[in-house]
Amino acid sequence: MSDLHRQSVTQLAAGLRARRFSSVELVGACLARIEASQAALNAFVTVTGEPALAAAAQADRLLAAGDGGPLTGVPIAHKDLFCTQGVRTSCGSRMLDNFVSPYDATVVAKLKAAGAISLGKTNMDEFAMGSSNETSFYGPVRNPWNPALVPGGSSGGSAAAVAARLVPGATGTDTGGSIRQPAALCGITGMKATYGRVSRHGMVAFASSLDQAGALAPSAADCALLLREMAGFDERDSTSVDTPVPDYVAALEQPLAGLKIGLLREFFDKGLDPAYERCVREALKVYEGLGAKLTEVSLPSLPLSVPVYYVVAPAECSSNLARFDGVRFGHRCENPRDLNDLYRRSRGEGFGAEVKRRVMTGTYVLSAGYYDAYYLKAQRVRALINADFIRAFKEVDVLMGPTTPTPAFALGAKTADPITMYLNDIYTIGANLAGLPAASVPCGFVQDLPVGLQIVGPHFAEARVLTAAHALQRATDWHTRVPRAYA
Amino acid sequence: MSAWETVIGLEIHAQLATRSKIFSGSATAYGAPPNAQASLVDLGYPGVLPVLNAAAVRMAVKLGLAIDAQVTAHSVFARKNYFYPDLPKGYQISQYELPIVAKGAIDIVLEDGTVKRVGITRAHLEEDAGKSLHEVLPGVTGIDLNRAGTPLVEIVSEPEMRSAKEAVAYMKKVHTLVRYLGICDGNMQEGSFRCDANVSVRRSGSDKFGTRAEIKNLNSFRFVERAINYEVERQIELLESGGQVVQETRLYDPDKGETRSMRSKEEANDYRYFPDPDLLPVELDAAFIESVRATLPELPDQKAARFSREHGLSAYDAGVLTASRELADYYEAVVAAVPEEPKLAANWVMGELAAALNRDNLEVGSGKLPAARLAGLLQRIVDQTISGKIAKEVFEAMWAQGADADAIIESKGLRQITDRSAIERVIDEVMAKNPGQLAEYRAGKDKLFGFFVGQVMKATDGKANPAQLNELLKKKLGG
Repeated sequence: MSDLHRQSVTQLAAGLRARRFSSVELVGACLARIEASQAALNAFVTVTGEPALAAAAQADRLLAAGDGGPLTGVPIAHKDLFCTQGVRTSCGSRMLDNFVSPYDATVVAKLKAAGAISLGKTNMDEFAMGSSNETSFYGPVRNPWNPALVPGGSSGGSAAAVAARLVPGATGTDTGGSIRQPAALCGITGMKATYGRVSRHGMVAFASSLDQAGALAPSAADCALLLREMAGFDERDSTSVDTPVPDYVAALEQPLAGLKIGLLREFFDKGLDPAYERCVREALKVYEGLGAKLTEVSLPSLPLSVPVYYVVAPAECSSNLARFDGVRFGHRCENPRDLNDLYRRSRGEGFGAEVKRRVMTGTYVLSAGYYDAYYLKAQRVRALINADFIRAFKEVDVLMGPTTPTPAFALGAKTADPITMYLNDIYTIGANLAGLPAASVPCGFVQDLPVGLQIVGPHFAEARVLTAAHALQRATDWHTRVPRAYA
Repeated sequence: MSAWETVIGLEIHAQLATRSKIFSGSATAYGAPPNAQASLVDLGYPGVLPVLNAAAVRMAVKLGLAIDAQVTAHSVFARKNYFYPDLPKGYQISQYELPIVAKGAIDIVLEDGTVKRVGITRAHLEEDAGKSLHEVLPGVTGIDLNRAGTPLVEIVSEPEMRSAKEAVAYMKKVHTLVRYLGICDGNMQEGSFRCDANVSVRRSGSDKFGTRAEIKNLNSFRFVERAINYEVERQIELLESGGQVVQETRLYDPDKGETRSMRSKEEANDYRYFPDPDLLPVELDAAFIESVRATLPELPDQKAARFSREHGLSAYDAGVLTASRELADYYEAVVAAVPEEPKLAANWVMGELAAALNRDNLEVGSGKLPAARLAGLLQRIVDQTISGKIAKEVFEAMWAQGADADAIIESKGLRQITDRSAIERVIDEVMAKNPGQLAEYRAGKDKLFGFFVGQVMKATDGKANPAQLNELLKKKLGG
């Protein structure tokens, strides 16, 4: 067996172009690893082996002719909330277990156009609602570092697949931390773009004002390459922003000296695991060694992120998920007696407990008499949090802190109490509320479990975040570590 | 004076005449097979997003400018959430707190000729829902989403109308206006123009509104008038017999001529409006608004004033002739051919032409009788080739045969006799045949003059020039 799975996206793309190996060979190796790991990890909901091999053969023909794009022949996987034409797009839900999308999401189409080959759809928390991948209709994903632990969520399948090197890169979405948190818990790099940078067209909506796509891969350089191909204005998404996408890959080698790093005081709180904190502080020292300047920054409204998020996100989701009514697509109950019965049973059977909880919460906060007290107030606080970030970025170039309060936790440990589960996103939600680009990069281990350093940049400063992440990865090798079972 | 005062406010839904839908590229044409014009966006598929149609925005701005309203620089789309099978997303995209058009006004002319100003509270953009088809498939309900996503502008009036007739006059005025602006085809049968009427009554002199009922989905002027009158009577009877009006939504049944309860306020949905996060606020700058203003046509009131000024028409005639842009254009084309007789042109357009169109259930723009053809007929009256009376006969033949006036006049030999000697000859014959009447006339029975006119006209098949006949007959009968 080759060691192709140990190579980065960048290396693989170069190797394919140099014809050192074929795409068919590479895709075949990845498919074999996916199959071998599926029982243990459950990272995939759908594997599209045959079309992937056919696409690989086509890619090899292009490469042989000296043609192709930046990712031609490189295998990837898509989180199962990106619509993929002709392929089931389940969103981790029974509701969409039978849903085959008639179209490709813009992200899917762009990566395809760049030459990437999708091997399938990765498991996820149902409708991206969860932080542990335990809410999936297809069962939980397990953490490649320790199968008794969760991989994080909601992009847990993508994170586990990359961590176990089943694929060199995967797409994800991040509404409250759903790329960064599983990236941290699985020891890989995850990057969420600025809100508006990547088209949401074809992403099954959870919370429209917060949802943003991004990439998961071993290294920041890989994320830079994937994100460069995913990003860009899309006229089919009114909230996508028409501003040029810089070449994130070309920007990676820019010198770091003089970079002003703000340490988020609110993130180094009493909820943070001391051993986790030590890893983060070590990484910050590395930055100092590279010539960066560290200062402490306070964002006084930031501690309100979690309550604000759990008003805004459920409100939007309660409306976004209304279209799943058993009428046109998705799950429909057997023999509905009448219209109300059709709605009640189709939705009652199709949605899991966490989705129902959020739909009900959201319906409540938007109701007459409660709207001002909850939704409107949450939006006002959200504006304060945004203002806090903007003020901070007048003083510093990037903000850093831990991605999560603790490393990966055991399956079932937090399922009984939703609030403790929600608090796992306490450090990641702020960037979503403010629409900022943010990454998580591996920065050490606590008892053999990976730790993530979070880097947050100003709006549309993806390049700065990726360059900072890349600098750490040139100085350390945490991102190259692979779980022993998948080495 | 009645003991009760009626209070009416209307919410008019006008379908905007855009080629594509408000948030998708699907066509809006009426009458396609079910769901042939429903894209993934219209079907509310997972992952699809709305993209605002700029043409719909321009049309709403046009309306705002035409009713002297404030066109808002910042308006916001909101989601109105409720479940219904013909509402694919489970919410309707509308505008709630910040509509695109704020306060404006429209003038209507009441029966006694006075002008009344009706305030417009707001006008906002929204998408239409689809249709549930209950009768097409046995045992199940079909859903046609062709209409889903069709752009609408909802025009909300102040509760300032005081009778069903005022409400109809207002609705007609809005109907005229949107068609002038070219933003709505005004087709009420196809549902392009319809309204909900909020109706309440109160004791005359009271300054507090009574409890109102909302009558939904009225799609003809006649139904509006009948439904309101029925509802007013119902409410007065209820109150006079010691009952109370409940706030509710009612439906008008045109077959039975009555309104009936649909749902009460307690059963009403809580729509949970909130700003749609998929759409950015609509920001309009002054330059854009001015660019739209530059495209405004001459509006009905301006046109009517000009008709009165330039053609000496009464306010009533000018109002009738400007009720639609097509009619006004037709009239102006006719006048251009007979500029010395604008009143004659007005009488023919509002008289014979309107009657014939009405009889055959045709629109003025149908092309049945082009303006040039009617003008050709009027020219023959003006140059005395035919009399006004003969002209009516010619008109009927033109209408029936689709021919020019001259062709009819020639083929039927209707050319007026203006040859003095020829008329004199006929007069002589008539006098010779009726010696008795002649003697009576000469003895002072002036009324018999008409008898002689009639006899000469009969003998000439009505072709004698009336003015010449009068003159010559007076001379001859006088002896």
